[in-house]
Amino acid sequence: MISEEEVRHVADLARLGLTDEEVRRMSGQLGAILDSIDQIGELDLTDVPPTTNALNLTNVLRPDEPYKCLPPEEALSTAPDAVDDLFAVPRID
Amino acid sequence: MPDALLNLSAYELAEKIEAREVSASEAARIANARVEEIEGDVNSFVTTTPELALERADKIDARMKNGGIKLWESVPIAIKDVLSTKGVRTTCGSKILENFEPLYDASALLNYGETPVMVGKANMDEFAMGSSTENSAYGVTCNPWALDRVPGGSSGGSAAAVAAGEGWWALGTDTGGSVRQPAALCGIVGLKPTYGRVSRYGLIAFASSLDQIGPMTRDVRDSALLLQAIAGHDPRDSTSANVEVPDYLAELEGGVSGLRVGVISELMGEGIESGPREVVERVVEGLEGAGAEVGEVSLPHSRYGLPAYYIIAPAEVSSNLARFDGVRYGLRVPADGLREMYRKTREEGFGDEAKRRIMLGTYALSSGYYDAYYAQAQKVRTRIIEDFRAAFNRYDVLVSPTSPSVAFGVGEKIDDPLAMYAQDICAVPVSLAGIPAISVPGGLSNGLPVGVQLMSDHFTEPMLLRAARAAEQVADFEFTLKP
Repeated sequence: MISEEEVRHVADLARLGLTDEEVRRMSGQLGAILDSIDQIGELDLTDVPPTTNALNLTNVLRPDEPYKCLPPEEALSTAPDAVDDLFAVPRID
Repeated sequence: MPDALLNLSAYELAEKIEAREVSASEAARIANARVEEIEGDVNSFVTTTPELALERADKIDARMKNGGIKLWESVPIAIKDVLSTKGVRTTCGSKILENFEPLYDASALLNYGETPVMVGKANMDEFAMGSSTENSAYGVTCNPWALDRVPGGSSGGSAAAVAAGEGWWALGTDTGGSVRQPAALCGIVGLKPTYGRVSRYGLIAFASSLDQIGPMTRDVRDSALLLQAIAGHDPRDSTSANVEVPDYLAELEGGVSGLRVGVISELMGEGIESGPREVVERVVEGLEGAGAEVGEVSLPHSRYGLPAYYIIAPAEVSSNLARFDGVRYGLRVPADGLREMYRKTREEGFGDEAKRRIMLGTYALSSGYYDAYYAQAQKVRTRIIEDFRAAFNRYDVLVSPTSPSVAFGVGEKIDDPLAMYAQDICAVPVSLAGIPAISVPGGLSNGLPVGVQLMSDHFTEPMLLRAARAAEQVADFEFTLKP
């Protein structure tokens, strides 16, 4: 189980609104899922390096050259709201 | 009655079109007619695009007069609704992208051709999270073999479209089995290429270190041809592999004589139903009869694959899905203040499973839990890769069931996330290791198809496809249109 208070805290971190019913359900379901994945804790992996990419790719670089990208009016065409070539949002609180 | 041409494989159809026995437009009309006939029963698509298919097929017929058409370009195709298609609605199965029209095409589609004859955007679990296609905001897709059962997921719409003949083949995406498991449950072939083999540019991200686009086809030769069409390095995806693309058809019919085939013992026991296990055993016997050297192999950390996956994938989801915030595209629920707008937009736009995974990933990455979950899971990933490396020292190809069960009933597992996640048990070790794997229909259990999963080392798809071709030939299974 993870507490409803903890669920609300995590939802706040994720900027995700949840109804009271969802909070209750999530508390039980996340608890059950976490219980089942806790078994990875039984492995001693102190000196094992982590894998972030299965092909061990690092530092993929490209020349820093300008290239043609989407014009502003096109990039803004999918936006819910736009003003003066900019994405518009409600008051920042 | 479906047109007789619908009984051909994509490869056979392409050859007929190349020989001018059939036009691309005729093929498109046949595919559209089949969609019209069957879509009400199956619901493979979020959006069908019959006019677009005809318009593009006409262009191909016109271009054909001058030559220079690639063999596969004329074949009508279904595209999973997670791949960006310029000007064609792309929903990812989510309400949050209900009216989203991308500004560009995914690189894999551009590789396929200038004008892919797309019959529609295939249904899927929301943002590719799920194993049944029930997590779609656009209704459930039914398994063409038994309409009261799920087609698997998350590429369930693509799999059902191929099984039902709504087009000759399809593209899906695979993060933890999402091409292979629905292919298994719908009796078709599904290939997850090596991570990085196909560009992810324009693939709307779920878990970026695992996602890969893959062919969903009627047989292994079609799979090789479709991989040929989409593979290749792409400077716009820095994780795409700068490795030469071989000819995937060249050694396809080479057989398995002398090939070392290892059956993964951990994936043939507990948690796997006896029906699928027996089908796999019969196919392995067939491969042995065809000259393969068969043995057993252990992947000691495979039981930790599922828990590691269900930390790493949600962690990446919590980051990737942060972009759906009502600012640049998709749904916005108006509210007084930015934070409340974010919260309300995401509350209304995301479905249950997306919310669950965002929560799980945010939790696993949050202060105080990071080392116990995410960091530990990344180390487990290293161990799983080492297991595979050791196995590939002794064997060329590994074998297991694709899914622990045949297709299950609609509604059967949807309220039990852990039961649903267990569907991925055979698929996720492959994903974590980034190796290629293919699911081939091996036969039936209780009248429903069973998939046999074959796996090989990074970038050895030519050998994998050759083994899969042999498996398909010894299997007691033949593709026929359903329902």
